[in-house]
Amino acid sequence: MQTNFTPEQLADPRIAEADRILRRCVHCGLCTAVCSTYVVVGDERDSPRGRIYLIKDMFERGRDATREVQHHVDRCLSCLSCMTTCPGGVDYMHLVDHARVHIAETGQRGLKDRLMRRLLAAVVPDPKRFRLALKAAPLGRPFLPIMRRLGLKELAAMLEIAPSTLPPPSRFEGPGTAVPQGERRARVIMLAGCAQQVLRPEINDATIRLLARRGVDVVVANGAGCCGALTHHMGEEEQALTAARRNVDAWTREIERAPVDAIVINASGCGTTVKDYGYMLRLDPAYAEKAKVVSALTKDVTEFVAGYDLGPPKRWSSLRVAYHSACSLQHGQRVTDEPKALLLAAGYTVLDVPEGHICCGSAGTYNIMQPELARELRDRKVKNIKSRKPDVIAAGNIGCIMQIASGTDTPIAHSIELLDWAYGGPVPRGLEALEAFVSDVPQPKRDFKAYISS
Amino acid sequence: MGRAIEAGHDFVQRQSRSSLYDRGRQNRHKNETRMQQKPPDQRACKSRRRGSETMSHIELPAPDSAIVARREAIVADLVALVGAGTVVADEDGRRAFETDALTAYRCMPLAVVLPRTTDEVSRVLRYCYENNVRVVPRGAGTSLCGGALPAEDAIVIGVSKMNRVIEIDYEARFARVEAGITNLAISAAVSERGYFYAPDPSSQLACTLAGNIAMNSGGAHCLKYGVTTNNILGVRMVLITGEVVDIGGAHLDADGYDLLGLVVGSEGQFGIVTEATVRIIRAAEGARPMLIGFGSSEQAGRCVSAIIASGIIPVAIEFMDKPAIDVCESFAHAGYPLDVEALLIVEVEGSEAEIEGFLAQIRDIAAPFGPTHVMISNGPIQSAKIWKGRKSAFGAIGRISDYYCMDGTIPLSRLPQVLTSISAICARHGLKVANIFHAGDGNLHPLILYNANDPAESERAEIAGAEILTLCVEVGGCLTGEHGVGIEKRDLMRVQFSDVDLALQMRIKAAFDPAWLLNPGKVFPLDAAGGGLGQAA
Ligand SMILES: Cc1cc2nc3c(=O)[nH]c(=O)nc-3n(C[C@H](O)[C@H](O)[C@H](O)COP(=O)(O)OP(=O)(O)OC[C@H]3O[C@@H](n4cnc5c(N)ncnc54)[C@H](O)[C@@H]3O)c2cc1C
Ligand code: SF4
Ligand code: SF4
Repeated sequence: MQTNFTPEQLADPRIAEADRILRRCVHCGLCTAVCSTYVVVGDERDSPRGRIYLIKDMFERGRDATREVQHHVDRCLSCLSCMTTCPGGVDYMHLVDHARVHIAETGQRGLKDRLMRRLLAAVVPDPKRFRLALKAAPLGRPFLPIMRRLGLKELAAMLEIAPSTLPPPSRFEGPGTAVPQGERRARVIMLAGCAQQVLRPEINDATIRLLARRGVDVVVANGAGCCGALTHHMGEEEQALTAARRNVDAWTREIERAPVDAIVINASGCGTTVKDYGYMLRLDPAYAEKAKVVSALTKDVTEFVAGYDLGPPKRWSSLRVAYHSACSLQHGQRVTDEPKALLLAAGYTVLDVPEGHICCGSAGTYNIMQPELARELRDRKVKNIKSRKPDVIAAGNIGCIMQIASGTDTPIAHSIELLDWAYGGPVPRGLEALEAFVSDVPQPKRDFKAYISS
Repeated sequence: MGRAIEAGHDFVQRQSRSSLYDRGRQNRHKNETRMQQKPPDQRACKSRRRGSETMSHIELPAPDSAIVARREAIVADLVALVGAGTVVADEDGRRAFETDALTAYRCMPLAVVLPRTTDEVSRVLRYCYENNVRVVPRGAGTSLCGGALPAEDAIVIGVSKMNRVIEIDYEARFARVEAGITNLAISAAVSERGYFYAPDPSSQLACTLAGNIAMNSGGAHCLKYGVTTNNILGVRMVLITGEVVDIGGAHLDADGYDLLGLVVGSEGQFGIVTEATVRIIRAAEGARPMLIGFGSSEQAGRCVSAIIASGIIPVAIEFMDKPAIDVCESFAHAGYPLDVEALLIVEVEGSEAEIEGFLAQIRDIAAPFGPTHVMISNGPIQSAKIWKGRKSAFGAIGRISDYYCMDGTIPLSRLPQVLTSISAICARHGLKVANIFHAGDGNLHPLILYNANDPAESERAEIAGAEILTLCVEVGGCLTGEHGVGIEKRDLMRVQFSDVDLALQMRIKAAFDPAWLLNPGKVFPLDAAGGGLGQAA
């Protein structure tokens, strides 16, 4: 597409980058049909092409973000479904990131919106505060109708999504290294995450068990914390970059201490952001190189495990598992086959979900900031999942797990929890009723090597 | 007028097989003597676009300043009619609708209405009729000829929210849908039972049935199944007066004049289509594409003619030249050969035995033309990649350059000569070109590569485009195979049609829309449309 920037405008690296991206878009519209918001509302302004066009106009005129542009960019889930489809390879992800920063800097948000964002940014990334907040949530629930009437739909949505009971903290919480007994085959860093530790600490435990069982040292680096995705998607650039730098520092120290085979991430929303550190910090001379190294080492946990021989499972079931492909995994990281192949190898019957490319509506804090659209997407997702009649749902991202769980009684767990279960771990929380359908695989009395030699 | 009368006679003969408005593929193989040619109309620039002026040969009709001045009142009336949630009136919102897939032309509409029901469309159209407000219908905005380009004094009515499947009848093999449904969604809705909707424009993921009907769109597989007009059984259309008419139905032939044939391909100038009944077809047992590479375009072209002449009708024969192959392969990793000058994708379908038989036959037919590469798809995954590469071709070219997509048809026998001339034209203007097209029926899509941020180059691209289309008409083809006339080819219409031809077409248009309110400024040269010729004739 033609763009109209003056040389002075192009001197700003953000504009230069936007121009580079915009020039690739041919306005063909193929992306509209797969966009999670366009399929629901059917309005060009809520399509990738429409947003690209509005962003282009905003940047070209060098003007402050208007309420309308802000509204439609806010409604984008950053699910990146559009990028998977775009034949032109338009880098929508970074374009919308730049737009969000511009909106945060120049937009006119109402007081409620600003406070809500500040609240989320302060609470969610900090496990201690987040746990406290969730404990307090039931106290607020009786006030839901009043909040709705006062127009505080975001606050109401937050209380609704908050689980009514919290699991006990993780077995392996805090920094440290889980060292396997016996043969040691690799050393990885694991991002312990923020909200996930509180909402479903079992995911980290399962990851550590699964890896350690196969001879992998799992390091949770001292000083690492929230990846910054949450504030990044709000356009709060400085906060996001601070989080990124902190993690890059912590992990670089570990990398310098001993070779690291991978940085393993079990929340794909975070994975997409960490894989992007190299880009986010490209203009920071002190961090550009280190961040690039970190991003290159980063893998989704299923991506890492897929390259590893897990051996035969310990338990066998033919449970029907609907695999929900998290957007950040399938579109953000283009990891699509590995999780399904692993679940299949572990003995599960794996079902694809119709309209699998569309988002469940979780998208970070989207389900709080845009409750109506998020609910519509969730219900659509649940309906599609139910059409496959699964016994259990698997997903690789905590956001999706919480979002989908709020709309269905079908049990849901992280793919890694299901794998850990099959390879000898405990039954994942919420799946206890299914335990009867799982049987131990009879173990040979002698090692197979003994048969070969005899 | 003498010339025009002669030419008019010629016109009547030539059009006898299809509706006047069908400049679609039915007309692709025209060999009849053509009428006298004129150079394309080169108008002075009068563009209303922001920023650097490029591609400015095409004049947009002068807006009715009285209407523009009443914008706020009109918006208020529309909101009262259909509700604020259905009307887009703010500047940013309207901006998003200012263009379609031909972004060189842009124009901010008065307002945009996104109705959900036929009734809402009817109310809005009646209002426009009574208040003399122009209307631009819009589907998904993927038109490559500026068909959905708004006008400053017009409201856009977009049907993208009307996308439900209303009824599927497998016994009678039809589906009734709202017209804003995407082309691919129709096939998706019936695929469970092994059926599909046949016309498959490369944009099928996104384009709407409404747009397909307006443009009589075609696609790779239309060689066997026909284009849109051959697959539509009926439409529900709202006339400019707000009246709702049903044309055709769930059966093959209707009483009275074949109005349906007239409506398909009418480029949004007769009314707004809100529902349609389409033929659904049982998918063949299997299908398999084969790639045949040649050392020259000429050999490939002769091979296509030989395949068609043999009487075998493959489902598709697609042609790509080297620049196109390189780009598409790097995008789709389909296994296209990179050491050939021209590549044919030939797909056949049927039972396993039939497929094998056809492919062997085609291989034999191709042999005398010296193919340097022959490969049969090894399974569904590779077949999908082969088609993904072809269908994403336009977007994939976008990775390397801006492009101007042409859409002319030629008699197949002239293919080698035309390809050589296209290269020469582009070289003369210092531009590169990539050729991708539906070879089976001679529908060319040369993509002229240029830099949209360079005004001089953009202008050269547009001139080269006009020369290419003129060439198509000269060798006995026509201006548009499937993308439509829209704004882009409007001023070239006189290259193909005489004034009498045009006048006749415009009288038909005026019968549906006497005040010329629907999709203004498109299809007919400005000095003819609405005023001058339309009423004089
Ligand atoms: C990448 C790409 C590939 C393409 N490949 C092909 C191809 O292979 N074959 C092909 O034929 N075309 C192709 N096209 C062109 C385009 O997709 C078709 O012309 C398509 O039919 C347009 O549909 P749309 O829904 O986008 O309509 P729009 O672009 O919105 O409108 C097209 C025309 O239809 C009219 N219209 C829209 N809705 C209505 C309605 N409800 N009632 C009456 N008139 C209406 C508009 O006024 C306009 O004149 C391609 C386009 C792109 C961008
Ligand atoms: S598919 Fe890609 S090139 Fe086409 S409009 Fe969308 S972003 Fe632009
Ligand atoms: S990221 Fe998702 S919601 Fe946003 S424009 Fe792309 S497809 Fe639509």
